[in-house]
Amino acid sequence: MLEIQNLHVKLEEDDKVILKGVDLTVEAGKVHAIMGPNGSGKSTLSYVLSGRDGYEVTEGSATLDGAELLEMEPEERAAAGLFLAFQYPVEIPGVGNMTFLRTAVNAQRKARGEEEIGSAEFLKLVREKARTLNIDAEMLKRPVNVGFSGGEKKRNEILQMAMLEPTMCILDETDSGLDVDAMRLVADGVNALRSPDRGFLVITHYQRLLDHIKPDVVHIMADGRIVKTGGPELALEVEKNGYAGILSEVA
Amino acid sequence: MAQSRAQADRFAAHRAEATAARLAALDLPQGGAFAAARGAALDRLRAMGLPHRRDEYWRYTDPADLNAAGPAAVEPWPAVDVPIFGSIDRLRLVFVDGVFDAAQSDPLDMAGIEIARLAEVAAADIHPAHGWAAPAFGRLEAAGQVPVARPFAALNTAVAQDGLLIRVTGKAAKPVSLVYIHRDGQADAMLHHLIRLEEGAELTVLENGPAAARLNTVMEVEVADGARFHHIRTQGRDPDRRMNTHVFARVGAGALFKSFTLTANGRLTRNEYVVELAGAGGSAHLAGATVLDGATVPGHHDDTVFITHAAPGCESRQVFKKVLKNGAVGVFQGKILVKQVAQKTDGYQISQSLLLDEDSQFLSKPELEIYADDVKCSHGSTSGAIDETALFYLRSRGVPLAEAQVLLTLSFLGDAIAEIEDEELAGEITRRLEAWLARHG
Repeated sequence: MLEIQNLHVKLEEDDKVILKGVDLTVEAGKVHAIMGPNGSGKSTLSYVLSGRDGYEVTEGSATLDGAELLEMEPEERAAAGLFLAFQYPVEIPGVGNMTFLRTAVNAQRKARGEEEIGSAEFLKLVREKARTLNIDAEMLKRPVNVGFSGGEKKRNEILQMAMLEPTMCILDETDSGLDVDAMRLVADGVNALRSPDRGFLVITHYQRLLDHIKPDVVHIMADGRIVKTGGPELALEVEKNGYAGILSEVA
Repeated sequence: MAQSRAQADRFAAHRAEATAARLAALDLPQGGAFAAARGAALDRLRAMGLPHRRDEYWRYTDPADLNAAGPAAVEPWPAVDVPIFGSIDRLRLVFVDGVFDAAQSDPLDMAGIEIARLAEVAAADIHPAHGWAAPAFGRLEAAGQVPVARPFAALNTAVAQDGLLIRVTGKAAKPVSLVYIHRDGQADAMLHHLIRLEEGAELTVLENGPAAARLNTVMEVEVADGARFHHIRTQGRDPDRRMNTHVFARVGAGALFKSFTLTANGRLTRNEYVVELAGAGGSAHLAGATVLDGATVPGHHDDTVFITHAAPGCESRQVFKKVLKNGAVGVFQGKILVKQVAQKTDGYQISQSLLLDEDSQFLSKPELEIYADDVKCSHGSTSGAIDETALFYLRSRGVPLAEAQVLLTLSFLGDAIAEIEDEELAGEITRRLEAWLARHG
């Protein structure tokens, strides 16, 4: 599904090299986790895959179902089935959450040559999905993420994911700023979306999210490379020994 | 900067000469019911003279085209009623090149409101409107000349031969819609509307349409105690025209004055508001949404506002938003004056510009002058580019770049549109902006 090969990336501004040859394959139906210390390049990987400005790919490729992502505009990547749940969801004053969701859903449908969704059907769908995420009607009416708590913002990300039904989901530090209850709610939302045709890449600093979203494969990233890959037990090892232990072992 | 006496004299002589030349080219109305008001306005104009770039309030906007004896010719927009407000149930009154056209207009009668044509009332020996209109004509304009001179408004009072005199005694059944049509490529129009809302009366006035190659309008609005006045206008469809407009308002106790302007493009637009909150508990809301693309015709838009709080417990809001691209220039000069008597004043002013490229510029001069000690006044002015983070967020959800830009631009203008109370009218304005943004994306 998602195939990253020898990806090298530097910052456009100061030539700083962040990713130094990332190789990673996420299969449909699997949940992969990337763990790593701060500054290892985890978030950069998510931004580069989703097409954010400011990065320059100097080598390598990243394909989704065989199509080269790195040559697409961000909106094309979304229409192709990629979704990034942001670490810091963006506030957009003046744009209602509902308008935002509907615009996004219909834009993707249009890009894929599908018919736009009718307003009654859309409303019903949003309400249904919002309920399971404990998102009330008031939150749907408010401007996108404006005045939302940390937990509300993350739940709103998962709601968007549920509405857009992407094939490849990247979650960037989704657990940051969440208390235990909020994390459980978010994890339940993600788990509900797990399916044989959908892949997940869960980026996290701590093991605790992975108690709720059980990964099939865990990667450790350090200094712009995947340095170790293993099963869920690798996350427990991080929890026990910290990154220092694993990294010294790798070195 | 110190100016020598000789320089100052030379400058004053030059100004007087320019003013005399402008007046010499005009057909000045003689006699009639408004002769005294017109004569006084002419004296005011001669005393102050036409403006110059050296004048404090003309530093950002060059008045040369407004001072010139005649306008540069402009290709008239096809003379049709533009579709805006078409779905609104309204009393439609049409002006062609600044002259009232009865044949194209609805009859001037509606319950709760008296409407007469300035040209007729001025010429008549006896007219029912003389009683209220003759003493009121030019009164707010004259009062609005202090402390800042507004020469084109005085010129208008002295010279404008057409316009409407509207007196509202009850709740007007539907909005009065002024539709301006431009036929003659060299039309140099002046319109003067005088509106009086009696106690507790209610009226909505709509204005739209390209009017002339050069347009000078004055609207004087007296809003008596407890009355409510709404004004929604659109300016556009004739990017080559030059226009300057003045709205003078006096707002009574517990009364409401609201005015919203949508401007799309324009070589030169200057909209001035002079509003006095004269009775306790009055409200004045002024808003403007301007979209200017200088790609084919250079764009210059100037909002100049002066609000005086002259009574306690009044509220005023100014919300002016501009979207500028391709070298367009936006100007905002907004002043709130709070007199000593005006305790518990609540004044708010925001002027913001979204610069869609580096060639465009926004010049802003907010001013507060406060003599009362128990007031709440805030103002803010910003200019900036579209929020790249928000843009990326939208795109990452599949919204194409152009559509995302339109969405964010509309949301930027949203605060100004929110000042329109009527949902149908707000929807009409939003649709117009969406269409403009789609064309100029």
